Amino acid sequence: MPIEFTLNAKPQRLNVAPNMPLLWVLRDILGMTGTKFGCGMALCGACTVHINGEAARSCVTPVSSVAGKQVVTIEGLSEDRSHPVQQAWIELDVPQCGYCQSGQIMSAAALLVKNPQPSDAEIDDAMRGNICRCGTYHRIRLAIHRAARLKEPRAESAKAGLGGGELLPTAEFAAQGGGK
Amino acid sequence: MSGRELQRIDRRSFLKGGSLGATGLLIGFYLPALQQAHAADSVTPNSAAPGGRVTLNAWIHVSPDDTVTIFIDKSEMGQSILTGLAMIAADELECDWQKVRTEFAPADKVYFNPQFGAQGTGASTATRTSWEPLRKAGAAARLMLVQAAAQKWGAEVSECRTEKGTILHAKTGRRSTYGSVAEAAGKLPVPQEIPLKDPRDFRIIGKPTRRLDTPDKVSGRTQFGIDVRRENMLYAVVARCPVFGGKVASFDAGRAKAIPGVRHVLQISSGVAVVADDTWTAMEARRALDVKWDEGPNAGATSETIRKLFAERASHPGHVARKDGDPETQIERAARKIEAVYEVPFLAHATMEPQNCTADVTAARCDVWAPTQNQTNAQKTAADITGLDLSKVFVHTTFLGGGFGRRFESDYVSDAVEVSKAVGKPVKVTWSREDDIQHDFYRTASYARFTAGLDAEGWPTVWMNRIACPSIMARFGPLKDNFDSRSVEICDAVPYAVPNILVDYQLADAGIPIGFWRSVGASQNGFFLESFIDEIAAEGNKDPYELRRRLLRNSPRHLRVLETAAEKAGWGVPAPGRFRGIAVVSSYFGYVAQVVEISVDRSKRSLIVHRVVCALDCGRAVNPSSIDAQVKSSVVYALTAALHGEITIDHGRVQQSNFHDYQMLRIADMPVVDVHIIPSELAPTGTGEFAVPPVAPALCNAIFAATGRRIRRLPIRPEDLA
Repeated sequence: MPIEFTLNAKPQRLNVAPNMPLLWVLRDILGMTGTKFGCGMALCGACTVHINGEAARSCVTPVSSVAGKQVVTIEGLSEDRSHPVQQAWIELDVPQCGYCQSGQIMSAAALLVKNPQPSDAEIDDAMRGNICRCGTYHRIRLAIHRAARLKEPRAESAKAGLGGGELLPTAEFAAQGGGK
Repeated sequence: MSGRELQRIDRRSFLKGGSLGATGLLIGFYLPALQQAHAADSVTPNSAAPGGRVTLNAWIHVSPDDTVTIFIDKSEMGQSILTGLAMIAADELECDWQKVRTEFAPADKVYFNPQFGAQGTGASTATRTSWEPLRKAGAAARLMLVQAAAQKWGAEVSECRTEKGTILHAKTGRRSTYGSVAEAAGKLPVPQEIPLKDPRDFRIIGKPTRRLDTPDKVSGRTQFGIDVRRENMLYAVVARCPVFGGKVASFDAGRAKAIPGVRHVLQISSGVAVVADDTWTAMEARRALDVKWDEGPNAGATSETIRKLFAERASHPGHVARKDGDPETQIERAARKIEAVYEVPFLAHATMEPQNCTADVTAARCDVWAPTQNQTNAQKTAADITGLDLSKVFVHTTFLGGGFGRRFESDYVSDAVEVSKAVGKPVKVTWSREDDIQHDFYRTASYARFTAGLDAEGWPTVWMNRIACPSIMARFGPLKDNFDSRSVEICDAVPYAVPNILVDYQLADAGIPIGFWRSVGASQNGFFLESFIDEIAAEGNKDPYELRRRLLRNSPRHLRVLETAAEKAGWGVPAPGRFRGIAVVSSYFGYVAQVVEISVDRSKRSLIVHRVVCALDCGRAVNPSSIDAQVKSSVVYALTAALHGEITIDHGRVQQSNFHDYQMLRIADMPVVDVHIIPSELAPTGTGEFAVPPVAPALCNAIFAATGRRIRRLPIRPEDLA
């Protein structure tokens, strides 16, 4: 029997093994590779998506369990990197290798819905399920605080990142915690 | 004409214009064949090469729309090399940074890393070895563009200047964009003299610069190896013998093949491959396999047998790596003598992206999409398996979800190429986390003995250090005198002014695969050396910072970072409840000193790392934002190892399997990290590794300051904090 759910605001109707984890449905069946495989045991958070608005580990979520639900992946967070978390991530140049960042961003976005102005301790608590082997934790914390201030998605700021790599004035870098 | 001859001719045309200088810069030619082949198959996000793109040299390409494409011949594994190399080339080129795009270079001899004699990224060589060639590539391309514009205008080159991708002729007020003269520039001969900028005129180099790859990385669009998809591609996983060196004795594929979606089950050199319509089905079918293993000679190995082997070897004199003065005689005359044994375990790399590779083998060619640090070896591995000439093997480097040395290996490449060759379709092989943790080329376990002699005032007069551990280089050929300098690196370069020094090495092969792990030998040897110098300070009743300062008085670069770190950390200024440790290590041509500040709750046997102050000298800082990130990354990597990292062996098997028993530092454990970059005019060094070695000793020295207990065995255990 086909499984029906909403993925990034579009209806999906799939004939797949009901116990196949959502992660592999997204990656291999639907070709949406932004959601990453890291551990297969909900230990690292690389596969984090939103299910009915809650952060969830897609690697241990059988696809049958999302029937009738709303699933959002990194591809659906915004079409143009305009989500405040993505804007903040660009402003603070958070990623290194970037592999865990889809999951980090999805966890951060879910946190800010529940708690629009989280403290450092609340950030640590909400993000502790997401491993970053490159150690971008410091910039993640700063970027979540920054995203909390960027209330609305603003196309203007998002555009700033499209060309990529524009220079940051040294003072701005220092002020945002660079070198600290 | 054989394929190899063809390749040589292609290469000769690629080299048209000749090479300049020892670094092999190649200038000035069209490269239609190579460019098309790469662009058609490339998986890099920016690969859509606009029509009419002109190749000015192996790195610089200019399109009529003024887009500048810089070929990145190093692997981007998080260290920001893509952005750093683009900055170096773009600064000399004087192009508009907003119009810079990058593309990963194909595997080709022109991109060989002079340190390896192969195309590869590792040992913190990328920035250091690319600095001059990429500056020349940018400057040569700029000169050709200026010459083309000057010819068009009938003007002198010397009357023209460049700014943000535009050539300006002040006398006449004429201007041309780079794109409008690119085609003419591409037809010009190679400049013989390539003047480089005065560093005072750098506009990009030295400024904190956002990474070019960030926008794709925050939107899930970056293509890592594991994200590669090809038409008609199948998905594979491999069951490997849990014991190192073991083999398949027999297997029954019946139950696995009965699972819908399973296409093939076949034996390959690394084990039994299960090929299916999707990764999950392949993983499920692997569970249903019944494989009998011939476990081979390592089936009885345990961490304890390996430890005993190291200890036994360390009881005999080894190959002398360094000898100053007369340590054997002087140790007998010392007023005081101290001895210590240090040990570290095997460590896995645990890149966030598990190992993977996609291969498409046909009779005519082999394409490999790999998150590899070693393009040359990936190409050679595929050529050996397929029997194809190297010129028919195309390596497409993807983004790497972490490297740390793991991806210098090509085991995941051979998996994919073997399976694709056997089934005749494109195949992606994905390793599970368990495969990744249990079938790594580990940072080696190692064992170090120290003896020091002190004079009556407590200053060291004799330093003796023996190291027993396996050798990485023994994998690549026989060792001379059973000696591998990588096994003793850092320890053989004791920087302290001690008149009598003996460092020797005993080879001890444990039967466990070992490889290059972030900072390699320095990762353990920095811990050994910088812990034992602290023991000497304690024994001689000296402040550990002041002792180092005095013994480094003739090493100005060590001294500068040491003094800076101490000053910034407030060394000597009491902080109630806090304890500090210090360490300084030079590795990979750079210098790092760190002060780690902790508090310890001895009743709970727990500690908090509050702050790590780093002072570093990496020569000229190309991108301070990336250096800041790399240093913080190194601190996290090294703290993870010091606090949690241990691969143990039982019955010849790795006992850890995933992030529950091979734990990573998490966000709540992240200390404040202060990064202080010493200004320098010297050529830049790499910064991806050199901040790893001082972390563990500075941390353990802080624990000693807090508890009086010296930690001589990593990782740190709760009982060490009592």
